[in-house]
Amino acid sequence: MKYIDEFRRHDLAKQLAQAIAQTVHPERHYRLMEFCGGHTHAIFRYGVQDLMPANVEFIHGPGCPVCVLPTGRIDNAIQLVEQHDVILCTYADLVRVPATGRNSLLKAKAGGADIRMVYSTQDVLKIARDNSDRQVVFFAIGFETTTPPTAVAIKQARAEELKNLTVFCNHVLTPAAMQAILDAPVPVAIDAFLGPSHVSSVIGSRPYEVFAEQYGKPIVIAGFEPLDVMQSALMLIRQLNDGRHEVENEYSRAVTRDGNQKAQALVNEVLELRPEFEWRGLGLIPNSALKLKAAYAEFDAEQRFDMPAIQASDVKGCECPAILRGAKKPQDCKLLGTVCTPENPMGSCMVSSEGACAAYWSYGRLRGNIATSVESP
Amino acid sequence: MCLALPAQILQIHSDNTGMATVSVDGVKVEVSLALVDDVQIGDYVLVHVGYALNKIDEDEAIKTLALFAEAGLTATP
Repeated sequence: MKYIDEFRRHDLAKQLAQAIAQTVHPERHYRLMEFCGGHTHAIFRYGVQDLMPANVEFIHGPGCPVCVLPTGRIDNAIQLVEQHDVILCTYADLVRVPATGRNSLLKAKAGGADIRMVYSTQDVLKIARDNSDRQVVFFAIGFETTTPPTAVAIKQARAEELKNLTVFCNHVLTPAAMQAILDAPVPVAIDAFLGPSHVSSVIGSRPYEVFAEQYGKPIVIAGFEPLDVMQSALMLIRQLNDGRHEVENEYSRAVTRDGNQKAQALVNEVLELRPEFEWRGLGLIPNSALKLKAAYAEFDAEQRFDMPAIQASDVKGCECPAILRGAKKPQDCKLLGTVCTPENPMGSCMVSSEGACAAYWSYGRLRGNIATSVESP
Repeated sequence: MCLALPAQILQIHSDNTGMATVSVDGVKVEVSLALVDDVQIGDYVLVHVGYALNKIDEDEAIKTLALFAEAGLTATP
């Protein structure tokens, strides 16, 4: 498949691994945070970690929107669909994430709630058109990659005068999360960042320049394919060796400095910053999420329905919050591989296809550092 | 959640819906072109949740592949 296969070539991976081994300074430890869950999965799925020298460590970041969504917002959605008899549309990523009391959207659906998994906001518009006698709510989550399609749907709903469609907006912002990690009261030791791939295709590489400059952290915008991750790690190692802290763009086939300005303009027309928003693992972060502008309030589910803030706690013993900050690794969680598996997830990091725990379980458990009853083949 | 796949544009619909038919490794999918301008049949785009996010720059892809090869040249087996 073009633009995939050539970035997964085994021979080039071996060459890149040799180049990295020859570039690292043996006495130095390199701590590279991969912000995106997509990078985490590439690292484990393709064995990138095993191709790195022992002194190159990947630290998993909070770049998984399903993982950072606080439990209370899922509780809100379940209450909404059960109490107001709405059709709740959601991306499939969310349906198995644990809510309060071991509930989930999937369990609510099994109990009779009208919850529908959609692939695209175009599907949401069609459901609203086809069910004009019902209220339809779109449970919108995601980073900057997923936000423009929500903005398109809201504008289209207005143009079509769809009165029965609202959006429960939970879109969050990458730079705010990066800042929260760098400003943490107990900071995690991070030398450099692998910057997001597809988020950056929308927002560009420019928003990261302030972090490179103010915090002295090298950042390389990295594609999601294994060779992209390895090349980006090499670029970061070179920057650290040289004492540089710049924003470099390895994923230039899809990312420019200014990003997709058409998508940015659409988002800015429809959505605006929330004063603050709660992130699982990072707490309340100012200016880190979006809500609908007053001009589009008629499409805001939080204005149309009574949706009080719900304070919910995670499952006891679940280390997802610390894992999302990079403060702990999945194998530090006592629940991993014992009571917490993809079939029986206790926390969001095990549910999401981008969660660090899911990556460790799916690809890393046979490396021998995770408690498991599964025998090696 | 932020994953996107490269897809080739096969057909741009002429009914003013802003939709296109793309091929993802041979599988035909309908996607919205609402977020991109100046795309043509044959172009490769990144597709995410039913939308083309960006056109993929072939020249830049070639340059990136050349970077990998360059790293290989500097590595001693």
